[in-house]
Amino acid sequence: MTEVGLGHYLTLGAVIFSIGVIGIFLNRKNIIVILMSIELILLSVNINLVSFSIYLGDLSGQVFTLFILTVAAAEAAIGLAIIVVYYRNSGTIRVEEIDKLKG
Amino acid sequence: MIAHAIFFYIFSIIAIISAIMVTASKNTVHSVFFLILDFISISCLFIMIGAEFLGMIMLIVYVGAVAVLFLFVVMMLNVAQQKNQWFLSKSSSNHIPFGLIISAVIFIELIIVVGGWKYKPELLTTVNPYIDEISNTHSLGQILYTDYIHIFQISGMILLIAMIGAIVLTFRKREGVKTQSYLKQISRERSEGVKLLEVPSNKGVKIDD
Repeated sequence: MTEVGLGHYLTLGAVIFSIGVIGIFLNRKNIIVILMSIELILLSVNINLVSFSIYLGDLSGQVFTLFILTVAAAEAAIGLAIIVVYYRNSGTIRVEEIDKLKG
Repeated sequence: MIAHAIFFYIFSIIAIISAIMVTASKNTVHSVFFLILDFISISCLFIMIGAEFLGMIMLIVYVGAVAVLFLFVVMMLNVAQQKNQWFLSKSSSNHIPFGLIISAVIFIELIIVVGGWKYKPELLTTVNPYIDEISNTHSLGQILYTDYIHIFQISGMILLIAMIGAIVLTFRKREGVKTQSYLKQISRERSEGVKLLEVPSNKGVKIDD
């Protein structure tokens, strides 16, 4: 219990990943919270990569965490721009009312 | 070792609780604040485990840029009256069991994968890569700018394309706004700017008609 190993960090990553998936599935509010859940999922992937990188003694995991960080920032910028354009055109970002594609 | 465990449990419990509050809180602005708390606690974990550079970069990029971007958009889009209809609306209630089941299955799978490490301890050679004197940032830079230089430049291109895409998406031409057009100003000729008139005596001319 007092010895914190790789399993603890991987469990933390798994818990945060699952919370992100729950947030995507159960969200009925607006799309911004769904984007935040995607950020949570990317964060859990970062936790996995960094903990493996530390405990296996290989720095490649931290380098790829940097790239995931870059992609996450780009994704947030593009996603929020799309949300702003959608709100300007249709006046709502509630998940239930976004059904133009009849999904 | 005890202190390491204590700090790990404190930060991870804060991270998990704030992750739950991100998805479950009533107000979207509160969700953004809990997202910031989550990022901060995870970056504290990174710094504690030995990845100082990534912890600091997480603070700068996520808390300083991404979360503030979320805050701007939340405050711009007037979502204040769309308060929480998480479990209230009827059409959403049939999504809840599916979401819970799928998330529980994913969580159990991940736990099984993690538990598999218990039975293969030889895969876990816990060598400390930082025994030598060079710091984490130094060693990261040594491999980032040599082995991974192409991926590094491609990630820069990704950021540039994301910037151009965000500007193009949100750009709009407004009607009825007086703006300066440098091209029009520079390309003016004398013939369209100045008109010479023959003024008859005792009559004058009418201009601006």
